[in-house]
Amino acid sequence: MRVESYATLAEAARAMGPDAVFMAGGTLVMRDVNAGTSASRIVRSADPVLTEIRSTGDGVSIGAGVTMAQALANRDLAYLSSVARSVGGPQVRNMATIGGNIFAHHPYGDFAVALLALGARVVLAGQGAAKPLEDVLRERGRSSTSPIIAAIEVPRPRDPRAFAFAKVSRIKPKGVSVMSIAAHLPREGGRIRGARITFGAMGPTPLRATAAERVLEGQGLDAATIARAAQLACDGLDPPTDALASAWYRREVAGTHLKRLLEKMERG
Amino acid sequence: MAKKPVTFILNGSERATFAEEGLNLLEFLRRGIGDLSPKYGCGQGTCGACTVIIDGETHLSCLTMAVTIEGRKVETASGLANGKVHPLQEAFMEHFAAQCGYCTPGMLMSAKVLLDRNPAPTRADVIEAISGNLCRCTGYEPIIDAILATANMRRLA
Repeated sequence: MRVESYATLAEAARAMGPDAVFMAGGTLVMRDVNAGTSASRIVRSADPVLTEIRSTGDGVSIGAGVTMAQALANRDLAYLSSVARSVGGPQVRNMATIGGNIFAHHPYGDFAVALLALGARVVLAGQGAAKPLEDVLRERGRSSTSPIIAAIEVPRPRDPRAFAFAKVSRIKPKGVSVMSIAAHLPREGGRIRGARITFGAMGPTPLRATAAERVLEGQGLDAATIARAAQLACDGLDPPTDALASAWYRREVAGTHLKRLLEKMERG
Repeated sequence: MAKKPVTFILNGSERATFAEEGLNLLEFLRRGIGDLSPKYGCGQGTCGACTVIIDGETHLSCLTMAVTIEGRKVETASGLANGKVHPLQEAFMEHFAAQCGYCTPGMLMSAKVLLDRNPAPTRADVIEAISGNLCRCTGYEPIIDAILATANMRRLA
């Protein structure tokens, strides 16, 4: 195995290939290194763009190398603090990065679930315009060469009460997620416009629950609407069976957890 | 694996040595330096037995590449006692906070960063601070008591 360090992300991006993996905080890549299953080249970069956090009018641009702890300490990212706090223990939050979370397979990857609900866009190193996170997640693992994420552009909800996140775990105070759920439900004149509901650990990547979104679109969060959305929570999702829960169990409980989250949003 | 030079501060003293590329900090400290206080538990970042302090923050040494500590300050549990045992170590003994003792060095590191930052933690703060450290013996209560007792003692001192 070889470790290569590059001053700029552009150089690092050029060095990527089917035999290479990019390492930021190391919480995912070093597991593979320790298990002897990592790629033969590990690419790193100390490019300062990776740790920048910039406010951009209607949102924040977060460098992909920003750690969960750094995100928690940043006032511009207060709307994401409940999400960052749900990741790992303190040690993991001091190491794990926002960019890395997008490559995390369940039961990890809770932060990406929230980013997907907020309609985040991803800036890839050495490529022009930002891409929807949805596309990056869909392409994850499909191409032989993994892209390097430079930054994530995250819209800020106009009303902070329009965004909510929940992580369902069996262990207190900290455990990996059986599933995680994020909801962004902006309102116009009391009606939901542009509903986004996302689930983690309910498919190979964080996924949108499009059937539940359609139910909520144009409605308020009344009991009947919430019940219908909960009923369709799993439509189009493909939950896995793993050591934490069976696919059957996840399907059984997903609607209930979505219902609780929506009720909590309505209570405010 | 190629070896690279690494210069860093371990428990206050400068070290200049070589580390294999790709070697994790835990193995580097234990085999390369001979500091056996950080423990190998899972190698996956789940258990916290390998917790060390890097530049004032807790990190998992098993998931840290050794060559990345160039120029940084690393603290381990073996640096806590300075002539006599550290107040946290004293309180851990007093409250029977160690049974097998395997999680203790990692617990001490998490507790030290907590008390360095927050001299008057609540019980909930302590639980949060050690939430990345697993203990399979004590049920955690004696550990939480020991950390709170250390904070109280310091305030009285």
